Amino acid sequence: MNAAPKDGDVVLDVRDLVTHFATRTGVVKAVDGVSFKVSRGKTLCVVGESGSGKSVTARSILQIVDAPGRIVSGSMVLHRPDGSSVDLATLHPRSREIRSVRGAEIAMIFQEPMSSLSPVHTVGDQIMEVLRLHLGMDKVAARARTVELLKQVEIPNPDRAVDRYTFEFSGGMRQRVMIAMALACNPSMLIADEPTTALDVTTQAEILDLIKRLQTKFGMAVLFITHDMGVVAEIADEVLVMYHGKVMESGPVEQIFHAPKDEYTRMLIGSVLRLEQKAEIRLKRDPIKQEAKPVIEVRGLRMHFGEGTNVTKAVDDVSLTVRPGETLGIVGESGSGKTTMGRCLLRVYEPNGGAIDYRRADGSVVDLVSADKETLKQMRREIRMIFQDPVGSLNPRMTVAQIIGEPLFVNGIAKGAELDDRVAALMKQVGLEPAWRERYPHAFSGGQRQRIGIARAIALKPRVIVADEATSALDVSIRSQMLDLMMNLQDELGLSYVFISHDIGVIRYMCDRVAVMYRGRVVETGTTDQVCDAPTHDYTKALLSAIPRPDPRNRRIHARFRYAG
Amino acid sequence: MLRFIVLRLIWMVPSLVAVSFLAFVLIQLPPGDYVTTYIATLAASNEVVDQNTAADLRARFGLDQPMAVQYFKWITGILLEGNFGLSFEWQQPVSELIWERMALTLVLTVSTLIVTWGIAMPIGVFSAVKKYSFGDYVATFFSFLGLAIPSFLLALVLMYIAAVQLGQEVGGLFSERFVNAPWSFAKVVDLIAHLWVPVIILAVSGTASLIRVMRANMLDELNKPYVTTARAKGLSEFALLVKYPLRVALNPFISTIAWLLPNLVSGSIIVAIVLSLPTAGPMLLQSLMSQDMYLAGAFVLLICALTLIGSLVSDILLALVDPRIRLE
Amino acid sequence: MSEIQSAAATVDNKRLAVASQWQLVWWAFKRHQLAMIGLVIVVVFYVIAAVPGFFAVNDPAMQNARAAYHPPQALHFVETDADGSWRIKPYIHPYQLRRDPQTLAAVYVEDPNRKVYVSLFGRGYKYSVLGLFETDIHMFASGEARQPLFLLGADRLGRCVYSRIMQGAQISLSVGLVGVFLSLTIGVVLGGISGYYGGKSDFVIQRAIEFILSLPTIPIWLALAAALPQDWPATTQYFMITLILSLTGWAQLARVVRGRFLSLRTEEFVVAARLDGASEGRIIFRHMLPSFMSHIIASITLAIPAMILAETSLSFLGLGLQPPTISWGVLLREAQNIRSIATAPWLFAPGAAVVIAVMALNFLGDGMRDAADPYNK
Repeated sequence: MNAAPKDGDVVLDVRDLVTHFATRTGVVKAVDGVSFKVSRGKTLCVVGESGSGKSVTARSILQIVDAPGRIVSGSMVLHRPDGSSVDLATLHPRSREIRSVRGAEIAMIFQEPMSSLSPVHTVGDQIMEVLRLHLGMDKVAARARTVELLKQVEIPNPDRAVDRYTFEFSGGMRQRVMIAMALACNPSMLIADEPTTALDVTTQAEILDLIKRLQTKFGMAVLFITHDMGVVAEIADEVLVMYHGKVMESGPVEQIFHAPKDEYTRMLIGSVLRLEQKAEIRLKRDPIKQEAKPVIEVRGLRMHFGEGTNVTKAVDDVSLTVRPGETLGIVGESGSGKTTMGRCLLRVYEPNGGAIDYRRADGSVVDLVSADKETLKQMRREIRMIFQDPVGSLNPRMTVAQIIGEPLFVNGIAKGAELDDRVAALMKQVGLEPAWRERYPHAFSGGQRQRIGIARAIALKPRVIVADEATSALDVSIRSQMLDLMMNLQDELGLSYVFISHDIGVIRYMCDRVAVMYRGRVVETGTTDQVCDAPTHDYTKALLSAIPRPDPRNRRIHARFRYAG
Repeated sequence: MLRFIVLRLIWMVPSLVAVSFLAFVLIQLPPGDYVTTYIATLAASNEVVDQNTAADLRARFGLDQPMAVQYFKWITGILLEGNFGLSFEWQQPVSELIWERMALTLVLTVSTLIVTWGIAMPIGVFSAVKKYSFGDYVATFFSFLGLAIPSFLLALVLMYIAAVQLGQEVGGLFSERFVNAPWSFAKVVDLIAHLWVPVIILAVSGTASLIRVMRANMLDELNKPYVTTARAKGLSEFALLVKYPLRVALNPFISTIAWLLPNLVSGSIIVAIVLSLPTAGPMLLQSLMSQDMYLAGAFVLLICALTLIGSLVSDILLALVDPRIRLE
Repeated sequence: MSEIQSAAATVDNKRLAVASQWQLVWWAFKRHQLAMIGLVIVVVFYVIAAVPGFFAVNDPAMQNARAAYHPPQALHFVETDADGSWRIKPYIHPYQLRRDPQTLAAVYVEDPNRKVYVSLFGRGYKYSVLGLFETDIHMFASGEARQPLFLLGADRLGRCVYSRIMQGAQISLSVGLVGVFLSLTIGVVLGGISGYYGGKSDFVIQRAIEFILSLPTIPIWLALAAALPQDWPATTQYFMITLILSLTGWAQLARVVRGRFLSLRTEEFVVAARLDGASEGRIIFRHMLPSFMSHIIASITLAIPAMILAETSLSFLGLGLQPPTISWGVLLREAQNIRSIATAPWLFAPGAAVVIAVMALNFLGDGMRDAADPYNK
């Protein structure tokens, strides 16, 4: 019976899994009859948008669903290398049996590498604990093995790293620590719950590489939860598409991407693929006049935080131009200074130096960096902002009508019945029902809230809008709708956009020109086609090649360009 | 770490100066001074003190000098010679009167602190882990009750029960034969035998609020992702509870010393008055009533210094247990 | 599960969509049963504090040498006749004062054969309603003018403890309100400056708050209160005592306000309001203030009981309010020595009033704090 395990052997067989959350409002069927198999050496990706139940599915396997979640029915049979098997669904969540599976046979890594590790215990302490618990190692042996594990996940100076605390590591390094901890007992299966979502693309690529390498080396089965179709295409063998707790479609990755049967899957793939090319609206447009004088010209802008020896140069000598009717994309990873840069354009922060020349409709030029209070107030009517967080940027204590009407009211443009009419018109313009005017933001979905934010931005008939990660918080299926809306408004109102994003897909869809930011500096500027297809700067090359593409036939991030700047 | 402690110690200096000044101002506030009171007392027994005698008295006690000079003399005396001045009422140096009482106050508050922690921590953890259970509701109810009972009332009720129901006198910290006896092992044992009554009375309200604090801390931590991580490792519920959320929740708990100690000291003063304990409370009240300024000033100064040192200790302890502060 | 979703359990979605902050807070608060009980009790107590005369039976200041340490009389609600018929008609049995033949100590003996009826909305002593007008109608009064009712007994001077508790509610409960109002004014101004402007002023105010919070309050209050001349008029004394309590009470509130301001200042919707062109005043009052009003109200509710306890303690020690002013703390001074409470344990009754009031306020404040932010969690 004890044949050596080989790739393709089923490790976990889940059938008709049902997990419910009993709440005050009634029962939420988070997982509703889900079946799948995970095999040795293979990667199963569970993909879905927020609220699809993918994460609860993963947690159900180890019976670590947060209260009040409860596994109602179904079976989850774990096949062991020695030929025996056990149905995890029948085990009590606190039983010794399930505890001996957790961390030893099935290990798990999580999304938030910061909060998923204890802040007051050393890295070594947290890894050694698993070794001592499951393998009964003594302190010395556990420590030696921990150092070895840290070396395996490529953490520099593992001898010293073992005694350090998690807050002394960067996000990517923390996720490596998590992986080392998961691998400690050579599990037969690894569950990864959105392990790269909180990371930048280049770090994501490294972590995906690492998981792949370790999987090949140890022959683990991997269950990978993600919302990113690019990641799926890059790493999956099999795919499970979930929506509202149900499986919409499952099959080999090739089939899901190139011959999807289910409508939801097709919609999902479709909206991802749309973001792989230029928007149709843009294709129909006349080319932007190159000779027109720029509406915004940023010269040598500097914005430093902190003082003395502890200065962060968030924006470091940045120069840009925005032409009338143009969309300028600013792309970069976290810490590149792109958001600070955007906020400086409206003087949310006071820049330390440089100039932002804004050309008004009558041809006069105002430097926003040195503008006085009155001028600035006037300019802020012409340059507006759309925020990233559709929850945080709307005051929860004001009605939609009050939020959209606020700029009109405080600038003395409209009040009373006229204000009501203007608000109704604006709501219609961004695709919201004017009858919803008395509702509060909590009554709206993420996409609708972002429309409210757009209505507020266009209320003053601005000439330039700075959009800061305007679609990042939205599910992929509504992302392109939002971008289309913004482009339609651009045509109607003759707007220029400064579009800040970390997502190159969104940039390619939306922008005419792109500036790539890295550590506070612009490393490359050019037309979107030029930057995306023939980047010149090494950082841009590295960034672009690290982005997973939604095409399983064209897996490239393992062979990506690496930038050591 | 050493840098942190040194910095924190330096920070103590302005606080202590402020406290000493505050103590001195408080004592100077009442209209008139000790001599006025003294004359009034004599007048009540039909003795008349003429202006010259009053002026002589004032000059002897230095009361005729400007306030800044008086303060300076007072504070340098304390710092250089440990001389807190003279108690007008007792006609004795203040330093002879206060130290034993301050020491007993310290013993009382520190034992109360330990008892408070000892009771509050397990109940708070239990309350959080078994949230909304019967036990949680009972603990919650009693902590609200404990918060609502003023400590002097509790002392009175205990005294009433002891006197009427049990026919015993509660009060004091020593049996009669030890009150004036020199310190000995037997006296310490006797102290411990008496100490528990005021300790329990004082611990009630502190325990009540600490249970709330511990419960809230634990509830915050129990939902953190690192708890799920620990669970996914295969740790038993009890082991992971003790090692992770409890450990992290302890940090804000340690910082409770900073506000618990002032509260305990405040409470101990009132309770000591009701139970007539030989601690700082009754003598402070008495000295304030008779405007015995140097005595009252010494008490206010030392009591405030005690709580300031308490918050210093809590900060250092916190830095010791929390690597995030220690390694900053 | 977010608070909003669970609030939806009690209302349909149409109403939820247009529910303002205060409606959401109220829905969340209503689910908190203990807090609701607390609310009812607090309302009753403050009604009593507003018109204590109406709820009192005897003039709280009236001394009665023949009723020293008169024990509480049991109130009977149902009168039964010999034939078994019954009606609801409250009455008491009067007590008679006898002397113990040996010790000559006063002994009160209940006379079960006599009944004194209690009339609802009957007439008694004259009192003033909020200083507006005078009346002599009481919630209930003794049917016989010569037979005073002692529902909670009498004190050393034969004064009615029950009526004195009613009267004491006025001072004790209003000290909480007035004191918190003063603390709040200082706290909001300093905390607001500290949180909104930041920088040096923040640093200084922060240190001051930390310093005050690390001091024990009682010795300082005692020293300050001891400095007040004993012969000041009652109202001056009252305001000075509340002022003294607020001098240290503001620090806690200032910390809350500062924290809120700090976290709100960087909130995106506040940045959005600034970019909309709203003035500083409008940003603070229209956009920021509503976000922490509910938190402030909850903090206030939790600060009132501390004030009440502080006043009670000070008055009990004899350094707070002075007789003839009546507050719960002043009343508890009667219970100060063991001999009087051994003879008259009902002198503890004002203590019970303190405990109930403080508990109710704490429950109320706790519930409000939980409900204060219906948008997060």
